[in-house]
Amino acid sequence: MNAHLHNFLFDPIVVAQWILAFPFLLGIFVYALAVLFSNRKYRRWPLLRTFFWLLGSVCSLVAVIGPLASKAYVDFFAHMIGHLLLGMLGPLLMALGAPLTLILRTLPIHLARRLTALLRKKLLRMISDPVVAALLNIGGLWILYMTNLYAMMHEYTILHVLIHLHVFLAGYVFTTAMIEIDPNPHRASYTYRMTVLVSALAAHCILSKYIYADPPQGVLRSEAERGGMLMFYGGDVVDALIILILCLQWYRASRPIKVVTASKSSNEM
Amino acid sequence: MDNKYRKQNLWSGFLFGMGFIAFVDEAVFHQLLQWHHFYDRETTRIGLISDGLFHAFSWFATIGGLFMFADLRRRNAVWMRRWWGGVWLGAGAFQLYDGIIQHKLMRLHQIRYVNNLLVYDVIWNLTGALMLVIGLVLVKQLQQGSQREGEPRKRERAST
Repeated sequence: MNAHLHNFLFDPIVVAQWILAFPFLLGIFVYALAVLFSNRKYRRWPLLRTFFWLLGSVCSLVAVIGPLASKAYVDFFAHMIGHLLLGMLGPLLMALGAPLTLILRTLPIHLARRLTALLRKKLLRMISDPVVAALLNIGGLWILYMTNLYAMMHEYTILHVLIHLHVFLAGYVFTTAMIEIDPNPHRASYTYRMTVLVSALAAHCILSKYIYADPPQGVLRSEAERGGMLMFYGGDVVDALIILILCLQWYRASRPIKVVTASKSSNEM
Repeated sequence: MDNKYRKQNLWSGFLFGMGFIAFVDEAVFHQLLQWHHFYDRETTRIGLISDGLFHAFSWFATIGGLFMFADLRRRNAVWMRRWWGGVWLGAGAFQLYDGIIQHKLMRLHQIRYVNNLLVYDVIWNLTGALMLVIGLVLVKQLQQGSQREGEPRKRERAST
């Protein structure tokens, strides 16, 4: 019994799962705390945003811990479900939770100022450029599936943790580079973002067909075919959401000036 | 009518038409009839890239085209026949591109894996050409018509 518990606790797979789950659990806790604090000082934080943050965190958690995460070690199809949740749907929903806006209004002013100064740093500015974000996101996937990195990921726990962190972070940075939810001091133009989004979407489509054709090392052909198709169509669904939000934001931003003045008062309510 | 809106009507229709016909192709021929497949073993790499690009673009175009249409509506600048001209043009252009470049030149996949493929190819491309011609005729007609009538009538209808 004791030995069993010992094995369970030090099983590298279990350890990796808990390491990856921890930031998301912490995220839920901090977000909830911030909502409680800032609701005391300002007007109520929208319930929908809290819901999005929670749902996005749950999506990401399902991908990194529990039965699906364990199955992803041996089954490429399960891995791909996890990839869609951790790299696409989770980040999108969490971005819709507007965590930065929440944190900025919760922090005391001097700390909030320091945080915005940090966000203006050159490195962050570079990473959140749509092209760089797309390269980090989709380029990372190309390297993962087209080299032996995918096979190595299952051998080395540290690699497993780092790659999963990268998939989530790159997905999050990419999503926030495309749509305007949180403040971003250096937002790119709509044309630029739309062009990059189409290219990134295309690279995602092409990669999923390559996976179908050339299974990653150690993946059975039948599994690669199912996984590739899931990546293609599942990616389409999440991308449609991002396109919809981006187009909606363009639609609102480009409204005719006459209408802006007419509806300004009603808009501010 | 503002020159910008003339173009926007056409583009909105074109993008939507292209996205829509690509969607029909995928839903009907890939998914429902399963005449051709997700991936064909003979596929060239270039073909795969062009397919991915086109899929991404048409996916975006369907949604983007409709938002452009919504933008025209709130500006009272919808020109329905010109928009439809754009839809036919976009649908026809995509069908022909798919039928000639992707199916024949790049051999990405065939319409169906049967002996009398030629019949399918001819019907496919003729349909595309027909849609393209309808679009061209509609747009051409309007260009001549608009010089006489000036503004499109849709504008009055939209304001009521």
